[in-house]
Amino acid sequence: MTRPGFFQPNGRQLSSAGILLLMAPFFMLIGFAFLYPLLSLLSLSVTEPEPGLSNYVRILDNPLYFKVLLRTLWIAVLVSVLALLMAFPVAMAMVSSSGPMAVFITAFVLLPFWSSVLVRTAAWAVLLQRNGIVNDLLQVVGITSEPIRLLYTQGAVVVAMTHVLLPFMVLPIYGALRNIPSDYDRAAAICGAGPLRRFAEVTVPLALPGVLGGVILVFLTALGYFITPALLGSPKEMMIATLISQQLREFLDWPFAAALVGVLTLFVTAITLVFSKVFRFDRMLGGQL
Amino acid sequence: MNPRAILLNAYVYAVLIFILAPIVVILPMAFSEPDYLTFPPEGFTFGWFGEFFGNSRWMKATGFSLKIALLTAVTTSVVGTMATYALMRGAGRLGTLFQGMLIAPIVVPHIALAVALYLFFKQTGLSSTVFGYVLAHSVIAMPFVVFTVAAALSSVDPTLEDAAMSCGASRFDAFRLVTLPLVLPNVLSGGLFAFILSFDEPVISFFLAGIRDKTLPRMMFDDIEQNLTPIIPAIAVLLTGISVFVLLAAALLRHAAASRTASSPDG
Repeated sequence: MTRPGFFQPNGRQLSSAGILLLMAPFFMLIGFAFLYPLLSLLSLSVTEPEPGLSNYVRILDNPLYFKVLLRTLWIAVLVSVLALLMAFPVAMAMVSSSGPMAVFITAFVLLPFWSSVLVRTAAWAVLLQRNGIVNDLLQVVGITSEPIRLLYTQGAVVVAMTHVLLPFMVLPIYGALRNIPSDYDRAAAICGAGPLRRFAEVTVPLALPGVLGGVILVFLTALGYFITPALLGSPKEMMIATLISQQLREFLDWPFAAALVGVLTLFVTAITLVFSKVFRFDRMLGGQL
Repeated sequence: MNPRAILLNAYVYAVLIFILAPIVVILPMAFSEPDYLTFPPEGFTFGWFGEFFGNSRWMKATGFSLKIALLTAVTTSVVGTMATYALMRGAGRLGTLFQGMLIAPIVVPHIALAVALYLFFKQTGLSSTVFGYVLAHSVIAMPFVVFTVAAALSSVDPTLEDAAMSCGASRFDAFRLVTLPLVLPNVLSGGLFAFILSFDEPVISFFLAGIRDKTLPRMMFDDIEQNLTPIIPAIAVLLTGISVFVLLAAALLRHAAASRTASSPDG
């Protein structure tokens, strides 16, 4: 049996009234708890304190805020690259191994995926604290002679975010690699291609949609990430999400916070639309177990 | 094995250690005696679990989160299954809109939704109410449920439903007696994912929480930020246990669904 794609209508069609009735609760939920709040927030950003784009001009004019935008972009790029370098070999190992080993690796990758982000962030706080294991190791190896500050730095944020977002990179790449028939690799080998050439000219091009999907997913999630920078980062080196929180909760500057949300949301939406072809949400969310 | 393969293997193991190390490090600390976090743990005690279960603030937050997660799971399973069924039976243009609205909450960062709801709920008085949280978490969890249910609906033979209707069953009866039992494992597994997503959800919880009504993630956030006691590893042990259990349950449900549709007559 060939399996039809997601969202491929089949069976006897429902009447329009029936469809409307069945979908109504969904649209009411999304309209009430997503679309309306988000649109009224965005409208706040262009109407207060006076109509116009003054809040947005303020973001770009003030070097402090502009630096936060650049830092956020830089951290998101760094996290995406690191996650890709770690995820690709692991995804390959998941595909090529079989039996207990395959289950073992998959469990390794999936367990953190479904364990609390807060727990994982707390674990990094423990590892990186002044008398933590990482500091102990650095001294044993002889890189440092006394404990150094690792927590509340940009490095801590990058390492912990890479760890937290890694499964989002592994799963799409794994999905792409799994769909490559093993004949291709064998055929290339028979034709005389060495392992490196087979990797570069067969595996990588065929896995590219998964790689692109994973990179974009991790990049976009990292851009708006809040928990890890809020708990492990330095207040002097904010990312956009922590800046939004500060403006909203400490300075009570709602219109400015709304403008920051606007910048983030528009940027993320634009990238998603550009890459909408490689984004196979169904594959990423549906078939991961 | 050639040197290149050995090197590659070593690299994969190093990454796997990186993935698992933080969890391996934090879990044993739940049984450590001192009231600060050290590794390796010192002594052995179940005291931190007692501390968690005996503290009314932690218990209240846990109950609050459980209630929200349960209601989110029920809401998304029912609303999601209804909409997905309509979609798979020819929703036409409304279906395109549906898919757009389904993807939007995944694309829009959680911080954006959290801030939007923070302001909206302040105006409507829904802040730190169970209803408000359930609405917010349902928006986030809905895509997971819809994709899980759609996967099942697309592999159920639609002629079974046709046959039931030809024999005189109403559309509703055909769905209730034929299709629903076949996709039920996936509906439940989608509901389980929604439960976990809601129960673990930290960002919206952070912004919507009032001073008195805190969810478990919000309480954990405050504890990590302020003092970081072994109560966090103790909760980590409990949460990881629940996650593993739910993950296995969901996998078994899907497996049951797969073998059931596979053994249907035209298999």
